[in-house]
Amino acid sequence: MNLKTNEYHPSLIRGLWALTYRELKKWLNDPIMLIMFILQPLIWMGLLGKSLNIQGLFSSSNVNLPPEIKIPGYAIIYPPGITQVVLNGTWLSQIFTNIGMNIMQKTFGVTDYFSYMAIGMVSMIVVTATMFSGMSIVWDRRLGFLDKVLSTPVPRATIIFSKILNSAFRAIFQASVILALAYILGLQLSSTFTIINIIGIYAAIFLLSIGLSSIFLAVSIRATRMERPMQIVNLIVMPLMFSSNIFFPISMMPEWLQPIASANPLTYLTDAIRQLTILPLDISALIIDFIYLSVFAIVLSIIGIVLSWKYLVK
Amino acid sequence: MEEVIRAENLTKVFNKNIVAVDHINFSVYEGEIFGFLGPNGAGKTTTINMLTTVLKPTEGTASILGFDIVKQANEVRKVIGVVHQEYTADEDLTGYENIMLCADLYGIPRDIAKKRALELLELVNLIEFKDKHVETYSGGMRRRLELACGLINRPKILFLDEPTLGLDVQTRAAIWEYIRRLKEEYNMTIFMTTHYLEEADALCDRIAIIDHGKIVAIGSPNELKNSLGGDIITITIKENVDVTNIIYGIEKVKDVKKENGNTYKIRVEFGETITPIIIDTLRQKGYTIVRLLLSKPTLNEVYLEYTGKAFRDVEESRESIIKQRITLRRARK
Repeated sequence: MNLKTNEYHPSLIRGLWALTYRELKKWLNDPIMLIMFILQPLIWMGLLGKSLNIQGLFSSSNVNLPPEIKIPGYAIIYPPGITQVVLNGTWLSQIFTNIGMNIMQKTFGVTDYFSYMAIGMVSMIVVTATMFSGMSIVWDRRLGFLDKVLSTPVPRATIIFSKILNSAFRAIFQASVILALAYILGLQLSSTFTIINIIGIYAAIFLLSIGLSSIFLAVSIRATRMERPMQIVNLIVMPLMFSSNIFFPISMMPEWLQPIASANPLTYLTDAIRQLTILPLDISALIIDFIYLSVFAIVLSIIGIVLSWKYLVK
Repeated sequence: MEEVIRAENLTKVFNKNIVAVDHINFSVYEGEIFGFLGPNGAGKTTTINMLTTVLKPTEGTASILGFDIVKQANEVRKVIGVVHQEYTADEDLTGYENIMLCADLYGIPRDIAKKRALELLELVNLIEFKDKHVETYSGGMRRRLELACGLINRPKILFLDEPTLGLDVQTRAAIWEYIRRLKEEYNMTIFMTTHYLEEADALCDRIAIIDHGKIVAIGSPNELKNSLGGDIITITIKENVDVTNIIYGIEKVKDVKKENGNTYKIRVEFGETITPIIIDTLRQKGYTIVRLLLSKPTLNEVYLEYTGKAFRDVEESRESIIKQRITLRRARK
């Protein structure tokens, strides 16, 4: 028998790209989806980023300073002979602002909370961009698309990886929107920031997206109903965000929460991006961030592949 | 004739107690259209999913062109084309993009794939809609696109699962026509499932009737019909005389039964050729025929004979019910 059809060799890369391209087209070709993807970070930045005005707490306009304070002379060592010192309001407010800046610098590493928060937003958007990967596999199963793909010789792992890649691209796209927007709204870049750092930012986002979407895919790989991945997403997402340094530094957290936050991969992504943007770059800290993110991505994607071999076919 | 599909004790048990397919054995030969006919929940789709390597059999196995569906699943996938019951094309892509996606999954070289995609779209008359998004397609158009997608790798064997589910009569006839034409064009063997009797009758060279996961009858539509005992001629004469013996004497008459009045029910193998002989014989003897009816058994009767007339409530999985509903809804568009 003539087996001419056998001459084609399905390749990992081509199958992977074809499936990823399909996913990407779904939102790149859909103007409304695309607008939503841009609007979402925009609203977050506008509302959350600007409403949590922590450095405003320490500005002099926030306290009722007396017009002047008289300090008795015995409190002052120098110059002798003066019976009292008068501090007027302008000086007072300056001192207060300086103390405020000091607290900010010590707590957040930067003097303005908006810059700190804006980078936290990037991490948040990465989480929301990846959490839909699990749902799309449930859809593919329901519509029969998954059965069709499974009946072709395309390598099984590409099915899972196309979803992971799609989430990663979406996360990078939305993170770029956030960063650009934050810059326009007054993000203060540190002196160590260069254009090359952007590559580092994207690499970090890519690693975390791979890890996170692998989790979301793994929990819904056999699900036949939508409710299951949705509930799991609800369960995971909020604690994941609040037990990280997105909003507040780990050093300020209660002691029991600190180890959890230190294990949270979001902490490492946020720190890596802060190192690369608003903080003066600390290379050793950045290397630790990247090692942690890489291990997270590799371990979870291996779990994802093994599960796809085992469980995609019932 | 060469055997291209051979199933041996193929069995699938879901959740350890629901037996969907129960030790079935059959062979499909090169170039034929082989149909699996059975009520909903009989195990048709489960069988096709096992043969197309989407499901793993619990027991037994099958080979496709000599490749084992479990041990050489990847080889099997290369030589088969599958058109699922559902509309699997991506609604957000155009018809052309959908076919090219399939080509990529098979790893068909780009230039060959492009040529072939256009050729297939031409064949199923979708060439002018190739750049329209699939969500704008009607049920019949979607089904044709599915057919084209299933043929992109020039399969030796094409699997069709309920190819006309939910389509209206005209569209269904058109799809049959396409299936026949595609088979001619590419010289394929086709394995299909259906629960429409007229579809099995019109398309299939051989049919296996499956019920409760077991094959209850197998053969060509005519063989199956004849297995019921052939055609029935009902004849009424004017004279009040018993002519049973005269009719029984005619060659090839298998059975005669006198009913009330002067009506006789005659069972013969080939009604069309025997009927004139019976008429001539009776006339020569001076009898007058007042009424005559020739009825051929339909697949309907065969089907009911083997699967029973009772209504049934089959327990189906939630997943398959949802899938079927989605398909029906889209077909009506």
